[in-house]
Amino acid sequence: MHPIIKLIAQRLALGLMLLFAASILIFGGTMMLPGDVAQQILGQSATPESLANLRAELGLNDPPITRYFNWLGGFLTGDLGTALSNGRDIGESVSFRLGNTLFLAFWAAAISVPLAIFLGLLAVRYKDRWPDKLISAVTLTTISIPEFMIGYILIYWISIQLGWFSSVSIIYDTMTLGEKLNAIAIPVMVLTLVVLAHMMRMTRAAILNVMQSAYIETAELKGMGMLKIIRKHAFPNAIAPIVNVVMLNLAYLVVGVVVIEVVFAYPGMGQYLVDHVSKRDVPVVQACGLIFAAVYIGLNLVADIVSILANPRLRHPK
Amino acid sequence: MNDQLKHLTGEVAKGKMTRREFVGRAAALGVTAAVANSMLAESARADAHAMPKRGGMMRIGSSGGESTNTQDPALVASEAPLNNIRSWGELLVEVDSEGLIENRMAESVEASADAKTWVFKIRKGIPFSNGKDMTPDDVLKTMQRHSNEESQSGALGIMKGIADMKVDGDNFIVELETANADLPYLMADYHLMIQPNGGMDDPAAAIGTGPYTLEIDEPGVRHAYKRREDYWDAENRGFADEIEQLVLNDATARTAALQSGQVHIINRIDPKVASLLDRAPGLRVESVAGRGHYVFIAHVDTEPFSNNDVMLALKYAINREEMVDKILRGYGSVGNDFPINASYPLFDDSIPQREHSIEKAREHYEKSGHDGSPIILRVADGAFPGAVDAAALFQETAKAAGIPLEIKREPNDGYWSEVWNVQPFCASYWGGRPVQDQMYTTAYLSTADWNDTRWKRPEFDKMLNAAKAELDAVKRKEIYSQMGRMLREEGGVILPMFNDFVAGVSDDIGGWNNDPNGPVMNNMSHIKCWLKDA
Repeated sequence: MHPIIKLIAQRLALGLMLLFAASILIFGGTMMLPGDVAQQILGQSATPESLANLRAELGLNDPPITRYFNWLGGFLTGDLGTALSNGRDIGESVSFRLGNTLFLAFWAAAISVPLAIFLGLLAVRYKDRWPDKLISAVTLTTISIPEFMIGYILIYWISIQLGWFSSVSIIYDTMTLGEKLNAIAIPVMVLTLVVLAHMMRMTRAAILNVMQSAYIETAELKGMGMLKIIRKHAFPNAIAPIVNVVMLNLAYLVVGVVVIEVVFAYPGMGQYLVDHVSKRDVPVVQACGLIFAAVYIGLNLVADIVSILANPRLRHPK
Repeated sequence: MNDQLKHLTGEVAKGKMTRREFVGRAAALGVTAAVANSMLAESARADAHAMPKRGGMMRIGSSGGESTNTQDPALVASEAPLNNIRSWGELLVEVDSEGLIENRMAESVEASADAKTWVFKIRKGIPFSNGKDMTPDDVLKTMQRHSNEESQSGALGIMKGIADMKVDGDNFIVELETANADLPYLMADYHLMIQPNGGMDDPAAAIGTGPYTLEIDEPGVRHAYKRREDYWDAENRGFADEIEQLVLNDATARTAALQSGQVHIINRIDPKVASLLDRAPGLRVESVAGRGHYVFIAHVDTEPFSNNDVMLALKYAINREEMVDKILRGYGSVGNDFPINASYPLFDDSIPQREHSIEKAREHYEKSGHDGSPIILRVADGAFPGAVDAAALFQETAKAAGIPLEIKREPNDGYWSEVWNVQPFCASYWGGRPVQDQMYTTAYLSTADWNDTRWKRPEFDKMLNAAKAELDAVKRKEIYSQMGRMLREEGGVILPMFNDFVAGVSDDIGGWNNDPNGPVMNNMSHIKCWLKDA
């Protein structure tokens, strides 16, 4: 077997094992939460008899191990079950929410990734001169401000004062693509500002690292232009660390944007998960947890494989 | 007229600005005095002849919605789902903004002389949104569903005292175990929406006799409704053609949506920003004194709170005025250590107000002989808005009186299951009830599940039952007054403040009427208001 295929197969198997381990952790974690779903559904209005009735109805009296394997079996066969709290089909709700989350993440990534890499290259080209310093200063400032604060500032200026875009990012199926993009314009800006610095700085550092190499000096001595050197010689060799940090940020855009969802009332996965955690709706929490884990592990897998493919030493091992 | 001027005329109408000030400000905007005066007259006329208008799409932004919400009225416990069921459902009776009973599905309500048998005559020819007519049998089934021991209805507690229910012709008859002069007020509980066959087939079907039908239901995101052409009370309710409720749990997101004109009405404005928001053009902040209150509750059957001198020391140590100023920013009123205020019928205003007094607090504390070990007060952000800050203020004033109050911060998560009604001393809130009887029965009766101060006094229970059966208002008021005084002197509830309901309303909205029964016109603003420019 070609060593690359073997390596990739190994990575995939490892990923699956990780996912399995994650499912056990998620299950154990939800068990440790104080209170149970019946208590949370009824809240302050709980009486002992209504609690007992609801618990029996929801099957909360079965032992945890039985519940875990029932659920895992269901998950593997594509049946996510129904939410305990409102009796809706989890698969349906999750696919709607996940679609929204991916939609937002996609547009944020489509703008921020090319922009970050471009700014990184620009920073290298003008290293230690004002464009480099300006780019670093601005992006580091925006990453240092809490994301909800940036959100509020942009809402105030762009939505309330200028009236350009909507401050509420609720989207739904009957909207046209244009309306949807209008609705998510401000959150996309916020997310771009939040993830830009990390990717830009990593691009800059990785390329600068390569720029110290002897072959770059050779290229320079051949009389090659700076941008061309970066593009042809430095960038391909700096891809691995850049892809890594890009994937980390993509994962963040999918699983870590609950604060942005709250600020803009965006119907994504994060808000959905938080609502169900506070209701102790274990099946939903586990489904969301596992999907998040899968996204995280999957994107890291992609990063690994890309770095393997991008590195000739790993591609052609001796 | 531009927004700025519109806003100014509104300020005059609200009495926030004098005519002279208005003319001055208008002149600054380049308007002559004569024009400014005629503008004012026009604006006043427009208000006086405010006639409901039909049409348009009204949008409301609400907190208290989650993706776990359902349309089943039995399970409604927060504001967004309450707005939902008010859109499509109606009750037998409602409590109006004056505290009187307003007949809805019932045409008339009559009690027997002993207040044990109640007859609700049910209106005829009112169609459900599924086309069928509502019948007394549907009413009976609804009440049976909510009083079923197996139901999870939030109204289960108030249905407990009912011995028998039956239908007789056009009448729905309720027989009580013990007399209760307030039964119609209990029937105004929002869970008791009349549904076809009592909602036993599909409780979350959103079919009722209300002015709207459910079009889009995305819990925790948005809910859209369309006006029914065959609504029975179209004269008074259901003016907008369409209603859209957006769930905006974040306070800043809500105010931003109102300011940028994306919604017309929002609930729960943070008192911290209310006065600032009121200055913004195109909208106003409406607040109304309600019955809801914030409390620190102690179990009076547990040391050291079983010692009434400790309780009195704590009650004198708390600075109520300061709390209303700093926690509610003036959007509220001081409490008097019993859960009733002037918003309730039969309130006795001659009960003296307890004042903050370090000397009296110290005196009672020393008299109690408490050993000086810390008194632990548990609190979480979610106990009530500003609860942690209020506890800190309480701690400071208690310290001045030599009382070692110690604050233990608890997580919001699990607060209502692990701390409230479990730990001996914690912060909490009550939403209030339409009548005194219901408030006391819910939280201060010996056998109440939510007796969160462990207040178990046979003589108190006896007075409560006597008041229930008493149809003479004067005598009832006297009994309630005694109960209030007793709780104030010996109870485990420290009640520093009653909070106002604060809402934000766009100037495009007509028909706003403050209702002390609940926030945003008792969660009926969207069915009772109209769009001026529709």
